Amino acid sequence: MNMNQTSKKLELSLQPGTSIIGKWHKNNYRITRRLGYGAIGAVYLCNFNGKQAALKISTSGSSITMEVNVLKTLQKVQGNGSLGPSLLDVDDWQHPGGTRCSFYVMEYVNGKDLGGFIQSHGDEWLGILMMQLLGDLQKLHQAGWVFGDLKTENLLVASSPPRIRWIDVGGTTQIGRSIKEYTEFYDRGYWKMGTRKAEPSYDLFALAMVMLQIYYPARFDKGNHPEKMLMTKLSATPQLKKYYTPIKKALYGTYTSSEQMRRDIASLIMQHSPKAQKPTRIGQRKAAAVKPQHSFMESIVILVTAVVFYLFHMVFI
Amino acid sequence: MKKGTLKQILLITDGCSNRGENPSAVAALAFEQGITVNVIGIMEDNQRESDGGLREVEDIALSGGGVSQLVYQQVLSQTVQAVTKQAMTQTLQGVVNQELKQILGPNQSLEDLPPEQRGEVMEVVEDLGETCDLEVLVLVDTSASMNDKLPTVQEALFDLSVSLNARIGRNRFSIFAFPGRKSNINKILDWSPRLDSIASVFPKLTSGGITPTGPALKEAMYQFGKKSLLRSFRNEHESDVEEA
Ligand SMILES: Nc1ncnc2c1ncn2[C@@H]1O[C@H](COP(=O)(O)OP(=O)(O)OP(=O)(O)O)[C@@H](O)[C@H]1O
Repeated sequence: MNMNQTSKKLELSLQPGTSIIGKWHKNNYRITRRLGYGAIGAVYLCNFNGKQAALKISTSGSSITMEVNVLKTLQKVQGNGSLGPSLLDVDDWQHPGGTRCSFYVMEYVNGKDLGGFIQSHGDEWLGILMMQLLGDLQKLHQAGWVFGDLKTENLLVASSPPRIRWIDVGGTTQIGRSIKEYTEFYDRGYWKMGTRKAEPSYDLFALAMVMLQIYYPARFDKGNHPEKMLMTKLSATPQLKKYYTPIKKALYGTYTSSEQMRRDIASLIMQHSPKAQKPTRIGQRKAAAVKPQHSFMESIVILVTAVVFYLFHMVFI
Repeated sequence: MKKGTLKQILLITDGCSNRGENPSAVAALAFEQGITVNVIGIMEDNQRESDGGLREVEDIALSGGGVSQLVYQQVLSQTVQAVTKQAMTQTLQGVVNQELKQILGPNQSLEDLPPEQRGEVMEVVEDLGETCDLEVLVLVDTSASMNDKLPTVQEALFDLSVSLNARIGRNRFSIFAFPGRKSNINKILDWSPRLDSIASVFPKLTSGGITPTGPALKEAMYQFGKKSLLRSFRNEHESDVEEA
């Protein structure tokens, strides 16, 4: 959506090769290509001293400033984990056309979109990636923040080892306030399933919708009976059968923390018998190639999956 | 800084005014009185932003110190809440900018500060936006062509109240329709803290092709209480100047 604050609605389109030199810090960023654009501006891949970075630029200085504030706060809670892309620089730039722009530079997250990743690597990755995401959300919530605009488009899966990452902290809101930015399909207010107050359960509802959206890429409308619609769609998705209970609990706001949901999903993955499922060739290859990573729990899960696939391989081929 | 009440008129229309005062002039007057005027123009499916038929929408918001947006009805809900919130930020930012000028000198604004210090100022703006009290008067064009859009408008208003009632600050909403049967505007909902209590707010429409946007806006202005953040702020500084 594009809001007209003033009459000039500038389409910021920067050609590859453009040099962005900051007014205050004088760093020089060379634009490589556009990564995407949204409500407040555009994000470009750029090159700074031979390294890749992502540069978000907008004519709305205040929006940039608000996002930078969030990124700075996340940096503080981050510790060794990664709650959002790390912030590298903040500055202003005078567009040759005369418009004043603000921008910030962040870590470039080189990853695949979630839907695409699941499609090519197999459904068994969904639970693991959601556990990673729930772990991050737990840290974020403990620090007093809610992600807000959690949606498939704001998630990327970096590879080797596969790790889900979120981008776009524009909706990140302090707990207890009103959600700053949201997208209807993922918003429990739209589905009449709760308020727009920032609390952990708000993110968990959106996470449940992310899981649904993977199997309904075109999304769906709420119709006249939003709650019924959600349950119908959930029940009609065989790939989500395994996660039926945690997804339902998340949709109804039963969980008060991400950790609870994470534990539920973990135990479902652990007890799940893979005999019922035919592993794909890609699934085998990738699962075997994965290096154990991050938390102990995830390592176990990945290890078990790998061993199971290996046994399958031995028995059937 | 003193906490006050932000006052907004949200005009929802699908066409041009064709009766009475110039709506932009009325909007400018409202802004002088400390009331921001935001406008949402609903387009028909075959209409484009570049058509110019809804050019007036932007002009009214510009002179009313507010935000404007042209939309198709399908995305009305998200637009209504986004416009309202953005207008709040814009107004509060204006107020904070004024304060900054008081402290830093007349030629200083937020953009002249280095990015590091801007962050703190924006935090103040955000805090105010979350905690200040808000009055929104929704002014809905109910001329004949709006007929099929009113259910969507109602849904969007309900959604607006879901968004705003998640804030810490208090809200008051009222809804007026124009043209009224006998007067310029018709009261549909008196000032109340929520918009979801009403099952069916819009009456059957009888009006023809008259769209007296200007007179309706003017009437809407009088529905607000006396005190307003912008105005009390201005007066405060006027008296500062006198004292000096
Ligand atoms: N750090 C990053 N690394 C890689 N890609 C990124 C990064 N940040 C943003 N992108 C890409 O740019 C796109 C737009 O970014 P972003 O969502 O932040 O913009 P936006 O203007 O806030 O949009 P909206 O709020 O409408 O989602 C993203 O969907 C993503 O593809």
